[in-house]
Amino acid sequence: MTPYIIALLLVFMIIGAIIALEIRDTLAAVVALAAVGIGISIAFLFMGAPDLAITQVVVEVLVLLILIRATISRDVTTIEAGRPQFVMTISVCALLILLLFSLHMVEVLPTFGLQDHMVNIGNPSFHYLSEALSETGAANIVTAILLDYRVYDTLGEVTVLFVALIGVWTVLRKKGRLRGEAVAFGQKEEDDEA
Amino acid sequence: MKPDQGMSLIVKTVTCWINSFIFLFGIYVMLFGHITPGGGFPGGVIIACSFILITLAAGKEFALKLFSLDDASVVDSFSIFLFLFIGFLGLILGNYFLQNFMAAGEPFRLPSAGTIVLNNVAIGLKVGAAIFAMFMYLSLFRLDEGEETE
Amino acid sequence: MIYGLCLILFLVGFYGIVVKRNLIKIIMGLIIMEYAVHLFIVLVSYQRGGIVPILQEGQSISEFVQLAVDPLPQVLVLTAIIINFGITALVVAIAIRLYEKYGTFDINEIRRLRG
Repeated sequence: MTPYIIALLLVFMIIGAIIALEIRDTLAAVVALAAVGIGISIAFLFMGAPDLAITQVVVEVLVLLILIRATISRDVTTIEAGRPQFVMTISVCALLILLLFSLHMVEVLPTFGLQDHMVNIGNPSFHYLSEALSETGAANIVTAILLDYRVYDTLGEVTVLFVALIGVWTVLRKKGRLRGEAVAFGQKEEDDEA
Repeated sequence: MKPDQGMSLIVKTVTCWINSFIFLFGIYVMLFGHITPGGGFPGGVIIACSFILITLAAGKEFALKLFSLDDASVVDSFSIFLFLFIGFLGLILGNYFLQNFMAAGEPFRLPSAGTIVLNNVAIGLKVGAAIFAMFMYLSLFRLDEGEETE
Repeated sequence: MIYGLCLILFLVGFYGIVVKRNLIKIIMGLIIMEYAVHLFIVLVSYQRGGIVPILQEGQSISEFVQLAVDPLPQVLVLTAIIINFGITALVVAIAIRLYEKYGTFDINEIRRLRG
């Protein structure tokens, strides 16, 4: 049953993605993108990953808000259909060839959902599943891995978020940019206030 | 403050009622991340969402009076240092960096999983403050631009 | 077949990046590609009849190990979702800055107005 549901959700998501990319109105495109994200979240829920489903829903809402804030009342002029016909044709053909090759690659993978021993003895996941409760005391194995076994990963991730915040601030700040080098070399900032 | 700041009275009233529950739910998701689905990331994002809801409903000035960008940077830096501090405590009291040095405790209770709870809180604060600050930077910029063109 | 559909979703996002001229549409293509990759990693780790990797009270661990899905890809994807949120915010910030400088989201216009 689950494979059919997920296939249905994937078809829904592909349609949503095509609508999001092809529709003229930017606001409608953002909403269609949100539909794709909600579909992903439901698929996560069917595949036994509620942590991911929660995170995906919440992040999806935020991406929606940020994109709406960025686009609404800013670009009213719709940009007409893009490239010349020649470039379009070549790109679509290249994408189709890529799809053919990657479909050959997919045949190497195990059949969807039919692994009998996905988590077998030699796998690190086996150790996590069987020992995490006694070693860390956390009932949620995902959190146990995230914050105990692989906490360096989380440290790096937090650092990346920090750097992304600094990047957003650097790109969007108003001070110290218009005057060029003079402000960058330590002039006072208050005379720059326009 | 301009009188037409934010949305209509209905939206403001509903936000006033519902917002504390969203905040509380964020704290719940953050604290109980080791027992139920959730954890620091979604909890922090939900907390940030409660502040973003205030921003959308009552306007930027009100939200920034409540929780300014300086506060957001302080919370952001403080929580990343809290995370590192827990890591160095593991180095001092235990054997290696970021070790879970506290006892595992009784399973399925809130104070059970050693440093995982503390790490969850640190990461939740970090993610919440960072995302709120990102959103505010992205929307404050539009405010500046509007003032210039008018 | 499901892997193929997921690849098609990825390629739809790629098509958006390659073909579109609107900067916001390009960002949307990037987001769709991220989604497809996240979904693909979780799809590969799925096990038929698998249960959620969260222990319930009173559940025996040996039975749990037999039934639960693989938790490791979920951890990796959980990290990747937040990182991709940071990337999206950064890209949107750069797009807003470009709009402020050139007054348009059209990348051909931006290329023409450069300098």
